[in-house]
Amino acid sequence: MSVALRHKTPLMLAIGLSMFWAAPKAQIEADTSVVSRLAGFAVPADLAAMDTPNDAGASITVIWSKAPTAPAKTNYEVLVATEPHGPWFLGGKLAVTGHVLSDEPAAFGWNADSLRHFLNVSEYDVNSDSSVAIEDDRTYHFGLRVVADTDTVVFTALSASAEAEANWFNWAKLNSLILGLAFTAITLIMIGAARKDPNLYIRRVAGLDALDDALGRATEMGKATFFVHGLDGMSSISTIASMNILSQVSKRVAQFGTTLKVMNRDPIVHAVSRETVHEGCIEAGRPDVYKEDDVIFVAPDQFAYAAGVDGMIVREKPAAVLLMGYFYAESLVFAETGAHAGAIQIAGTDSFTQLPFFITICDYTIMGEELYAASAYLSREPKLMGSIKGQDLGKVILLAVLVSGTVLATFGFDMLTRVFTNL
Amino acid sequence: MLFLRRTFPLIIAFVLGSFGAAQYYIPAPWSQATFRDLVYISRIVWTFALFLGMYSLFSLHIGRMRRKQAGWGYSGLVFAAFGITFAAMAWNSGGLLLSPLRPTELDQWFTVRWMYTYVFAPCDATMFSLLAFFIASAAYRTFRARTPEATILLVAAVVLMLGRVPALAMLYDIFVPEFLRTDWLTSLVTDDVRQLTEWLMNVPNLAAKRGLLLGVSLGAIATSLRIIFGIERSYLGGGGD
Repeated sequence: MSVALRHKTPLMLAIGLSMFWAAPKAQIEADTSVVSRLAGFAVPADLAAMDTPNDAGASITVIWSKAPTAPAKTNYEVLVATEPHGPWFLGGKLAVTGHVLSDEPAAFGWNADSLRHFLNVSEYDVNSDSSVAIEDDRTYHFGLRVVADTDTVVFTALSASAEAEANWFNWAKLNSLILGLAFTAITLIMIGAARKDPNLYIRRVAGLDALDDALGRATEMGKATFFVHGLDGMSSISTIASMNILSQVSKRVAQFGTTLKVMNRDPIVHAVSRETVHEGCIEAGRPDVYKEDDVIFVAPDQFAYAAGVDGMIVREKPAAVLLMGYFYAESLVFAETGAHAGAIQIAGTDSFTQLPFFITICDYTIMGEELYAASAYLSREPKLMGSIKGQDLGKVILLAVLVSGTVLATFGFDMLTRVFTNL
Repeated sequence: MLFLRRTFPLIIAFVLGSFGAAQYYIPAPWSQATFRDLVYISRIVWTFALFLGMYSLFSLHIGRMRRKQAGWGYSGLVFAAFGITFAAMAWNSGGLLLSPLRPTELDQWFTVRWMYTYVFAPCDATMFSLLAFFIASAAYRTFRARTPEATILLVAAVVLMLGRVPALAMLYDIFVPEFLRTDWLTSLVTDDVRQLTEWLMNVPNLAAKRGLLLGVSLGAIATSLRIIFGIERSYLGGGGD
């Protein structure tokens, strides 16, 4: 009798059922004479098959009990057939010391035992040169044989069957979803609270306060302000955050009537920068100060970009250089060149590998999350401020979890750790 | 017009942002395929945006040449470099030109690969090597122990440098005379400094890094939520109104 497990909720119940229903089949005869020659070897007593959990389909997981006393270098071989009576093809191998259910908590849960092996079969060899992929919604039959180091083959009289299917939800990411939804709820609640009471307190961020000073200095000196984007494209959160700062900066620069030059490495960031600066000038009531050529696409290569921007800093000696976004090795090149040019420099990045360089060289550094909060901080828009408050509350909760998780783990309780573990 | 400039982008941001978040939890092939297609679309948009970038670059340099701005001759180099690279690409890799005449001696060096190896890569490496000098000048500025924080930084940096390079053991062998080499001193040089280095990297450094990452991750989620729900609109221009 075989089993076809298509629905696996709750997962462990299904696995248990599959083990119960996987009964020996008659068509593969056990060679008892060979078994007796392998002294002390206990052939696995059960075999089950199920759709591989949390996957995109085209894979079946075969589970069998571990042989307690297997000779060294012995392998299990999972056989696959499309018909109950064969022909049988090799679907995969596993050493007797191979992985067990408890090695894969994402698929079998944290309480899975270590007494059973498993193998994910996604294809089977029809001959030595070619293999066939497992198809969704088709019943496959599985057998198991044991190959000892002497090439002695022992067929177990076991079989099971199952169908593969694509899953609509990855249950291994359930904790991530719940935490994400909880954080979303906290953020939305705080936004609602901010609408009612707009006078929310946000701690002072020196780097953002200094933006006005930097732009004022550029105006007094009659020199340009350089806004240098990082290397990442528009899909990066830090680039989006830097665009939010650019929007505020372009508005103030337009009000002051000074020059803003925006350096870009990515063509999409360049296009968005142009629109952002243009809109900023319009918002400030000075569309006339917008110059298309001041938003510059320098070069798409890292060090060509660095060379181009450095050249402009050296030649034009800007009064202020704003380095915003995600930077790599070129960060130090920019910052040192700006420092030598005598510019007031404000850097904002979430690239923790480059933060030490910016902290060392720049006058002000906007670190990590401060970069994301810049838009709210500069605009003082209640809804944005509410989301920052939500973020802070989330941080407080996580810190509390960190402390209590550390205490619990110290005393041997790892439940809280598991809740936050990425499977 | 306002719908196309404001509302429509917000709808796109909401729909695609929500889908981007949801597909992380949906392993089904349609979900992964749709996400892959969206990534392909963004690459296509990138390619078209590159033309816009090229236009911006050329427009800037044409303006400089027209105004005879200081150093305008270098702008000419931009066009020369672009023209030569484009011609080489068309000649060799594109296989568009003069294919019956191949192989010619010209093919030996007039290739994009040659330009990459002998022009681009050395220039790139030169810019990268500047970092060595910049690190030295940045270190000098930082390590002037003017404040307690700078002093801590200086001490930590010296310990790290000694622990991470073989110079300490070498200097010990060269400069410390035999009679001074006590077990304590040898252990300090060979093991203790290295262990202290590992401790600095694995405890205070990692703790600070993880704290930063925690804030960055929460901030990234909050920013994504602001964009998906249309609360953050600065990237559209015109602030958050």
